[in-house]
Amino acid sequence: MKKILGILGLLIFVCVFTAIKSPSFLSAYNMENTLRWTSLFGVISIGVAFVIITGGIDLSIGSVIGLSGTTLAYTLSVKGWSPYLVIPMILICSMCIGLFHGLLITRLKLQPFVVTLCGLLLYRGISRYITNDQSQGFGSGFQGLRQLAVGKVAIPFVEGFMIPVPCFLLLGIAIVAGIFLNSTIYGRYLLALGRNEMAAKYSGIQTERMTLLAYVVCSTLAGLGGILFALDVNSVQPAGLGEFYELYAIAAAVLGGCSLRGGEGSILGVIIGAAVLRVLYNAINILRIPTHLEFAIIGSVILAGVIVDELVKRYAARRRAIRSASQE
Amino acid sequence: MNAETPSSDSPSLEVKNLVKRFPGAIALGGVSMTHQEGEVLAVIGENGAGKSTLMKILAGVQEPDEGEIFLRGNKVRIPDPASATEHGIALIHQELNLADNLDIASNIFLGREPRGKLGWIRQSEIREKAAEALEQVGLKESVRTLVRDLSIGRQQMVEIAKALSFDARIIIMDEPTSSLSQYETENLFQLIHTLRERGVGIIYISHRLGEVKELADRVVALRDGQNAGEISKEEISSDRMVQMMVGREFSQFYQRIERPLGDVALEARDLRTPTFPQHAINFKIRAGEVVGLAGLVGAGRTEMLRCLFGMEPATGGEIMVNGENVTPKNPIEAIRAGISLAPEDRKHHGLILEMTVGENLSLPSLKRDQNKGFLNRKKEKILIDQMIDAMSVKTQSHRQIIQYLSGGNQQKVVLGKWLGMNPKVLLLDEPTRGIDVGAKQEIYKLMEKLASEGVAILYASSEMEEILGMADRALVMHEGRLTGELSRDEISEESVMQLATGQTRETSQSTAE
Repeated sequence: MKKILGILGLLIFVCVFTAIKSPSFLSAYNMENTLRWTSLFGVISIGVAFVIITGGIDLSIGSVIGLSGTTLAYTLSVKGWSPYLVIPMILICSMCIGLFHGLLITRLKLQPFVVTLCGLLLYRGISRYITNDQSQGFGSGFQGLRQLAVGKVAIPFVEGFMIPVPCFLLLGIAIVAGIFLNSTIYGRYLLALGRNEMAAKYSGIQTERMTLLAYVVCSTLAGLGGILFALDVNSVQPAGLGEFYELYAIAAAVLGGCSLRGGEGSILGVIIGAAVLRVLYNAINILRIPTHLEFAIIGSVILAGVIVDELVKRYAARRRAIRSASQE
Repeated sequence: MNAETPSSDSPSLEVKNLVKRFPGAIALGGVSMTHQEGEVLAVIGENGAGKSTLMKILAGVQEPDEGEIFLRGNKVRIPDPASATEHGIALIHQELNLADNLDIASNIFLGREPRGKLGWIRQSEIREKAAEALEQVGLKESVRTLVRDLSIGRQQMVEIAKALSFDARIIIMDEPTSSLSQYETENLFQLIHTLRERGVGIIYISHRLGEVKELADRVVALRDGQNAGEISKEEISSDRMVQMMVGREFSQFYQRIERPLGDVALEARDLRTPTFPQHAINFKIRAGEVVGLAGLVGAGRTEMLRCLFGMEPATGGEIMVNGENVTPKNPIEAIRAGISLAPEDRKHHGLILEMTVGENLSLPSLKRDQNKGFLNRKKEKILIDQMIDAMSVKTQSHRQIIQYLSGGNQQKVVLGKWLGMNPKVLLLDEPTRGIDVGAKQEIYKLMEKLASEGVAILYASSEMEEILGMADRALVMHEGRLTGELSRDEISEESVMQLATGQTRETSQSTAE
């Protein structure tokens, strides 16, 4: 909980700062957009958080998003397949991608970094090949389906502000993920193996199965994210959709308290982490900061956040040491 | 206490009233010691007695909070390892400090390479001098050999050669034989004798009393950071040393109770471990029996225990629990069959250091107590409280992160997490390694208690006293082979050593039959 307070403080600070500098930050239109994108990034960040908790990493998320998004647009618009067939198919394929990564990592003992880096290249190449690198879109069709990403739900008695549909998706996923992580024995297993895989194994935990599960969850959520992103942007570039998103997702997870050493993480923290990134991005736009600086600013804020977090942790550890010494 | 020797010259090394405090513990509470020119001085003591801290101070790794150090009568400060080197003191560490990707010569001169005009390292000079140093220790090895290609024993020789190359007058050896083979140990002893003749002083830290008896000119014992006595060569005996180290009589330390034995609980039939598949292992352990597993380092004890626990599944043969073939292929099957293992490496295998005491205790039993996949927090809490109580784990709360507990308390948690599973067979690999005397005794009591409740216990130990003191029966291994089985009356230091070094011996009837 203490870990979340820090990142929550950062979020509030950035929001207040931006709101003071530019009132348009708080406009309904801007808030809705920011919320929607936060939700989309939240979904993929929760996925990668699972992998990071095992002590692994998934660099292929962006390309899985690209593959899933282009496949969706291509099969629906060009091939004319039914969404009821296509969406389950994409989700199952994403699951298989995760299974493939997980098997390579747990059975062949390949390094997660290498496996998913190759995945990053592989899936991007496939999406560009099947679409011949042509941008895909839904045109004015599939309005119903697109509501999944761009739809809004009115709040009773509130005028002018509506909640984007992806928020509800994120909420559902976050609740399930949170319960899984904190209240099931498997969540405990995941945290344990992330800290110390050997000790977990000695305690009778099927560490390989749990690791496999984490990669499946990650890729599946990336696949779902791809569907949502594609529905949202409408014009899908096979070479561009989801590019760098793995880094945003990893950054959100780390900001939200996941340690890349594994074994730590909270779902709420990850969502707030995703929100910080989106708000920053939004602030850069509406404060008319040159967009060339976008990466530099996001990078520095994340770095500052991580440094402060580490300093606070050290301070706490020193105080604890002094306290336990004085008790003896 | 203060060993003032009336020798004419001042001693080569003398320390007076050294005090070293750590947060939450006093490692040294006023220790004094002298080392005479060219003698082999043994420093003995249980783990946590302060031996290592004392040596680290002498080697400049740590500075004392109080006290004085004299070298040949002159008061000195040793603030860092470089000044220890300057003063001619070398520490050969338990874990060797060599860069294993470099060759012997580079290691010997690491950090003090002779340099040419442009700062180039003068390789030929290094090799020449390194070769001389190797000759002094009698190591026949090219100086260009990479250190990682050497056995541990040879690496140690390189360390000693390194010490000699800067004219060390006092070489401190911290548990030097802990990972050496019998042959390498003999070599080392030879070298120590040679060094002594040449006037190099040795401070030899060990808790292996047999070695101390063989080597030492004088023995200083430490206990709980204090001097606990000193004996000269003529008086050295195991009993005296144990008495000084433990501070009480040997027989009081282990309190064995006669208990009735049940049926055979664990049986290995022609068991073949993946590490030593050429040797079939056969033994039986009855319910309520405490069986010691003795052997030298590398005898395959850990491997066998891991095999019994399904960590490295057997390549042949059968493992039976209560007459049923269970031969586990993984730890989950072993646990299901009632076999538990408290592994040797507590910090890496036994515990998850960053998790809480409670989370560690309940980890194996989560699955049994689950509520359709969900944690059963009520049952978990009850189990945790029960185990903290039963093990008398000293912790502020079950929410305490376990790495802040002492080694003894950590080990109790390792045992506790398995007791929660009510095992039929409990395998313990070095159950008292690195924990203090008091905690040791508590662990022994616990083993007794479990045995009297009908648990079959097999414990591997490298400490002879632990085998002599605790075991109803001892199994002894040598290079992957079970070389013998000793009944309570047959267990003695000599009989165990004989079997552990692979000498055959007519085994009398085994008590399990």
